[in-house]
Amino acid sequence: MKINIILLISMTAAAMWTVMGRSLLKATIGLAVTSAVITILMFRLNSPLAAVFELSVCTGLITVVFVSTISLTKPLTHKEIVELSRDRLKRFWFLPVILGIVGAGLIVTITRPGFSVPIHAAAAALKGAREVLWNLRQLDMFAQVIILIAGALGVVILFEEKRRDEW
Amino acid sequence: MPSLLILIPLLGIILLNLLPSRPMRRIAFWFALVLCLVQIALAINHYPPFWGNELDRIDSFFRVSFSVDHLSFVMLLCIGIVSLASLLIAKHTVFDEKERFKFINLLIIASIGMSGIVTVRDLFSLYIFLEITAIASFILIAFEKSVLALEGSFKYMILSAVATVMMLTSIALLLLVAPDTSFSAVHEAVGHAPDSRMVIIAMGIFGCGILIKGGIVPFHGWLPDAYSAAPSAASVLLAGIVTKAAGIYTLIRILGSVFGYNRTVGAILLALGALSIVAGALAAMGQKDLKRMLAYSSISQVGYIIMGFAIWTPLGIAGAIFHIFNHAIFKSLLFVNAAAVETRMGTNDMDRMGGLAQKMPYTGTTSVIGMLSAGGVPPLGGFWSKLIIIIALWQSGHIAYSSIAAVAGVLTLAYLLIMQRKVFFGKLGEGMQDIREAHTGIVIAAVMLAAITVGVGLLFPAVFHNFAEPVKELLMR
Repeated sequence: MKINIILLISMTAAAMWTVMGRSLLKATIGLAVTSAVITILMFRLNSPLAAVFELSVCTGLITVVFVSTISLTKPLTHKEIVELSRDRLKRFWFLPVILGIVGAGLIVTITRPGFSVPIHAAAAALKGAREVLWNLRQLDMFAQVIILIAGALGVVILFEEKRRDEW
Repeated sequence: MPSLLILIPLLGIILLNLLPSRPMRRIAFWFALVLCLVQIALAINHYPPFWGNELDRIDSFFRVSFSVDHLSFVMLLCIGIVSLASLLIAKHTVFDEKERFKFINLLIIASIGMSGIVTVRDLFSLYIFLEITAIASFILIAFEKSVLALEGSFKYMILSAVATVMMLTSIALLLLVAPDTSFSAVHEAVGHAPDSRMVIIAMGIFGCGILIKGGIVPFHGWLPDAYSAAPSAASVLLAGIVTKAAGIYTLIRILGSVFGYNRTVGAILLALGALSIVAGALAAMGQKDLKRMLAYSSISQVGYIIMGFAIWTPLGIAGAIFHIFNHAIFKSLLFVNAAAVETRMGTNDMDRMGGLAQKMPYTGTTSVIGMLSAGGVPPLGGFWSKLIIIIALWQSGHIAYSSIAAVAGVLTLAYLLIMQRKVFFGKLGEGMQDIREAHTGIVIAAVMLAAITVGVGLLFPAVFHNFAEPVKELLMR
């Protein structure tokens, strides 16, 4: 339990660094770290399948997509970055405070003696990846294919002109 | 075989993109047109061999229950009609053939997503189809890549992501008490522990997620920017059906088949509905941009739908469903008119328009029909659905809400009359002598939607009896 709480705090810190940071590139790395910590948490919580997906898609693929996107953007000057960060801190100072309070509340709740979550027996039963993907959630697999096609179309539509300009 | 509504378009998209591109670009329009027409025909005549269980081998392959009831039929009909209108507009507003091909692909994907939403009976599958619709919508809004379009798309994406997180968290919490995510299993689990704090939190955050997707006040921040900045063909789709399928339909379905209705939820929804009606109408009055005004008008009209089903009586639900259909038609019509004006004027600024009905007679006339239906003027479709909702509110003892709904109807007429006066009536503006009627395809879409509005109004008893009234079966569950 203690290790999980340390991991949760690390995940929150990495996520905060991602959204509060000044550099887009560092924010992307922060996101990758957040995903990596979530992966470890999922492995520890006996969800290897979810962990593998998190590792491959969020830590790997999405980071690559973000870095590619950042390479297409016009970087801000140091002065602009500082002004933007100050403005962001002024406007959203309460968000980390709320996050801290909610996080502390959750930790206090789950570490209280006798705390347990009533998990339905059928939901708790471990099922193999093959069974889940091909026997139980076939429709969702097909739907994911549609999401991938939509994503590919999005990349083609939104980045094609930029690529043409660069050529 | 409702799954064919998803499989055939999916196979079509794959083939269109794999086979040689030039002929496929031409075929894409006709393929999408046939898909829309077939969907409309199947939804109207409830063709038993297609919807029944006789040929369920394909559906059973997915191991996820598809199910179609009268509510689904109404939604499938709306999806078919609005997608058809959007397709016709795209043909004449997206000029580059390559770009149009991509637009049609996205339109088909959005239709698949919406058809999935209205036919699945599993919370997780519902979530995935909501995401398909949302992703296609983000790209459609940003399609023209202008700063405003990207901003509108970004706002929608961020708020939609918040809604997604809420829904996923809710599903995760519900999975702790239910054996799986099918509607029936979750309904049973919720029934066993209705007062569990975890279940109440799960239901609450799922509901908030749906309200964000539906753009209901106070979760409507993304909607005016997204509707007004999107290309005209995408605005028709978004305003006509996307937010209704992703927001309103999902809310009704979840209340009816999963979480169950109770008076507290009803009271909250009634208040939100009244707030949406008034806030949307007041905001619409102050707009100068035609599409932005119509976007706020949508927020207001959706308020009527919410108030209709929030009282959860047979008449209220039937009125709400009837207004979903009528709103899909007359709001699509008004956005088609806006597209016609935008293609000829090159702007949506109403202050720079005037007297366009002289130069665009079909657009002007159909716009008046759309306006009168939206304003609740008899005998058009919008009049009947609003009347039913107001009567249902009155009958259930919500006299104050009934009065708000009636008075807001006057506000609706007021801002739409302002729009008509600024855009279509009065003296022709300077430099507008050479304006011509919109392209035939846009006119066909407008005339088709206007004919449906008039037809539904004149044939009200038959339409209401066959389509809207049977939806009260939701109450039997």
